[in-house]
Amino acid sequence: MSDIVTWVNVGPLSNIPQQGARTFQTETDRIAIFRTLDDQIYALLDRCPHKDGPLAQGIVHGRFVTCPLHNMVFSLETGEAQGTDDGCAARVDVRVVNDTVHIGLNAQQTGLRHAG
Amino acid sequence: MNHVPAALLKKTRLVVIGNGMAGMRTVEEILARAPDKYDITVFGAEPRVNYNRIMLSPLLSGEKKFDDIVINTMSWYQENNIHLLSDDPVVEIDRDRKIVISKSGSKTAYDQLLLATGSDPIMIPVPGHKLPGVVTFRDVDDVDVMLKAAQKGGPAVVIGGGLLGLEAASGLQARGMSVTVLHLANHVMERQLDPSAGYLLAQELGRRGIDVITEANTAEIIGTDSVTGVRLKNGHMIPADLVVMAVGIRPNGRLAADAGIAVERGIVVDDVMTTSDPDIFAVGECVQHRGQCYGLVAPLFEMAKSCADHLTEIETGGYAGSVTSTKLKVTGVDVFSAGDFSGGGETEEIVFRDAGRGVYKRIVLEDGRIKGAVLYGDTSDGAWYFQLMKDGQDVTDLRDTLAFGQAFAGGATANPFDAVAALPDDAEICGCNGICKGTIVSAITEKGLTSLEEVKGHTKASASCGSCSGLVENLLAATLGGDYEAAAIKPVCPCTDHDHDSVRRLIIAKTLKSMPAVMQELEWKSSDGCHICRPALNYYLLAAWPGEYVDHAASRFINERVHANIQKDGTYSVVPRMWGGLTNPRELRAIADVADKFDIPTVKVTGGQRIDLLGVKKEDLPAVWADLNAAGMVSGHAYGKSLRTVKSCVGQEWCRFGTQMSMGMAVELEQMTWGSWMPHKFKMAVSGCPRNCAEATIKDFGVVATDGGWDLHVGGNGGIHVRATELLCKVTTGDEVKEYCGAFIQLYREEARYLERTAPWIERVGLKHVQERVVDDTQNRVALFARFLESQKTAQIDPWAERASQGVDSHEFKSLSLIAAE
Repeated sequence: MSDIVTWVNVGPLSNIPQQGARTFQTETDRIAIFRTLDDQIYALLDRCPHKDGPLAQGIVHGRFVTCPLHNMVFSLETGEAQGTDDGCAARVDVRVVNDTVHIGLNAQQTGLRHAG
Repeated sequence: MNHVPAALLKKTRLVVIGNGMAGMRTVEEILARAPDKYDITVFGAEPRVNYNRIMLSPLLSGEKKFDDIVINTMSWYQENNIHLLSDDPVVEIDRDRKIVISKSGSKTAYDQLLLATGSDPIMIPVPGHKLPGVVTFRDVDDVDVMLKAAQKGGPAVVIGGGLLGLEAASGLQARGMSVTVLHLANHVMERQLDPSAGYLLAQELGRRGIDVITEANTAEIIGTDSVTGVRLKNGHMIPADLVVMAVGIRPNGRLAADAGIAVERGIVVDDVMTTSDPDIFAVGECVQHRGQCYGLVAPLFEMAKSCADHLTEIETGGYAGSVTSTKLKVTGVDVFSAGDFSGGGETEEIVFRDAGRGVYKRIVLEDGRIKGAVLYGDTSDGAWYFQLMKDGQDVTDLRDTLAFGQAFAGGATANPFDAVAALPDDAEICGCNGICKGTIVSAITEKGLTSLEEVKGHTKASASCGSCSGLVENLLAATLGGDYEAAAIKPVCPCTDHDHDSVRRLIIAKTLKSMPAVMQELEWKSSDGCHICRPALNYYLLAAWPGEYVDHAASRFINERVHANIQKDGTYSVVPRMWGGLTNPRELRAIADVADKFDIPTVKVTGGQRIDLLGVKKEDLPAVWADLNAAGMVSGHAYGKSLRTVKSCVGQEWCRFGTQMSMGMAVELEQMTWGSWMPHKFKMAVSGCPRNCAEATIKDFGVVATDGGWDLHVGGNGGIHVRATELLCKVTTGDEVKEYCGAFIQLYREEARYLERTAPWIERVGLKHVQERVVDDTQNRVALFARFLESQKTAQIDPWAERASQGVDSHEFKSLSLIAAE
């Protein structure tokens, strides 16, 4: 996501469960925002490159998430599929400011950010 | 009134507000550089000389006396011509006139002013926080109050399980109080320790008799004249004669802010500790430097140096911020952490666990350099790691042995065979049975043993808890050389060397009752497991400690987390329970209404005699369940590794061939077994005659009625490898059917591996094994059945009702965008 136009506040860190994730619907995509056991925050498009599985519903372990549909494992840091699988889940910029999570969205995504 | 004698007026007047560690260290640094440059006046709020605040813990525990922790005695102030005005705090800074005004009204002029006002302990304003007996843990007066309370013994509560809180707890416990620590986060010292080290620390505190309650939210401090207890938000009451509030500190920037100096979280300073007023400086816990506030002693000393350099006109690079490390000052508890051990970015981690010694080490690397470290149990290499980290040294060449510490850094090999070969003959290998290396080696050579099993048989080594089996295998390999091939142990996943069976056995043998406990004691190689081991561990813990283990939702597959089946498009399917496959017009109407109301696109009859509602949006699930609950329906667990369905034919109730009441039996079995978590899905069926219309002989547990009773079949399934059941036994009464069913399920629950259905399990262990335990051994059957019923007591709660009306796991069903839109 190189053409960030807006950082969007998606609420407090505490809203996202540890070893879990929640989603944020933008105009064009659904974003999965993950929180690891040690409170690191990552974001990916909520769409597995394999069969569009909702990654936010997967099991979060270490810095990885396992897609709930076919158990492909993705790095939360790079989005790359692990092991022998190929594919890359799209990363979304994310930062935490004063315990509040912000995601970086492009112009298309911010068109109507509360849709859905 | 001016305290500075006229003769000294030619010197620059430096006034220091704060007689604490930061202020006095700065003064010492200035005196070391330019002893005659300044005429120094110090204001202290406490009525005593300067002391070492980080030694309050040993002062409390009795390991030190006040005199031991004094840094600068009265004579030091006199020798250096420092005017110490203690017990008279400054209340105002007049920057226009360049004077400070104290509480007693005295006015003191300054040329340069140094603020070292430190920090204030945070007092949570819960009701009762002003009662006598509620203290913070910040100065010698607090310690006096605590010591007075401790003389009477009795219960104490420490609110806050951080560094300071645990030191307070430990000190009070050493003084004879019974201490409970209340901590808001889910493990103690969460800022300094990761969950694994937090677990070990909580264990150790527990052994010392300190009760730690995590996720404890204080509602109120109770008492009329003085404290009598603390009430938590969940209603829990803890009696206390003393409450210590140790929840953190807040930089004290009040004086500065009142004087119009820039203050954010702390007093804002640049790299030479200058505030927004060029004649006013600040050091210590009251400052905010490059956005950072510090509550540890090392940064204060570094700030003091930079500030002194600047005040004595020595050119330096200034203060660049601190990399910090912490050590818990509790005797006998070794905890160390440094740097950023949270991982993330391009980091990798090295995890070392030694369950026997209670050691945990985690070192986080980035670009071949140490970025952070957490050590528990053995902190002797903390300083070494910290130095490597501060130096930014490339540790790539040391990586393989880094976890073993500095002693191994010389390039010694880490080959495990060499390590056991180097052990002396009297080194104990198997702690359970007291077997030494020499005994094992001579058994191997004299008796020609070639496998772990043989060694177990001949020496008993690793025959009990099994945690030394790796060592024994290494011994076999070292003794036999190339002739030894290790038995193929199939680890649960790459996070561990243990297979499913040893994990199950060790959970019981070592009474491991939580996920962090298992991972630590069984030496897991990752910090929080993976999607393969976590669901398995969650099940094993649940099965081992029913009613006690708290289910870990984050370790369950999505279907079991949201109690519905995820579909290929991310929607869910919902299957309400229909006992024995029976329904009625009221339920059918409710299902039809739900399908209409929520635009459910597909309604399908399943193979298990249920109705499946497909294509439900995740956020609609709680409302769908609420409507189904209202019609009396509960979760059908069609999504779980659990009891799924009990199919039935119409049986003697209607069928002209029926020999027994199969519908009634199916309903009874389903009501007894629903809600039970299993290693895999579990299906049952009851047929009312040998024609077997309910297809009971391809079920995990199938019941087929005969003229005189019931045939019980086990271990069947459909699927890729269709397997017909084998006959377990024949029984006569309905009560026997239920007892054998419950006992069989419990044996499966206790013995099978996670994700192993009854068919492969029985093929692995043999039908005879099952018959011996469930049929032949009456006592064992009764015991199995009793354990099953016991575990059902806490399992039979409708998960839909909890989520539809009690708000359980509400975060699962509402996206952040929906919250934002509200």
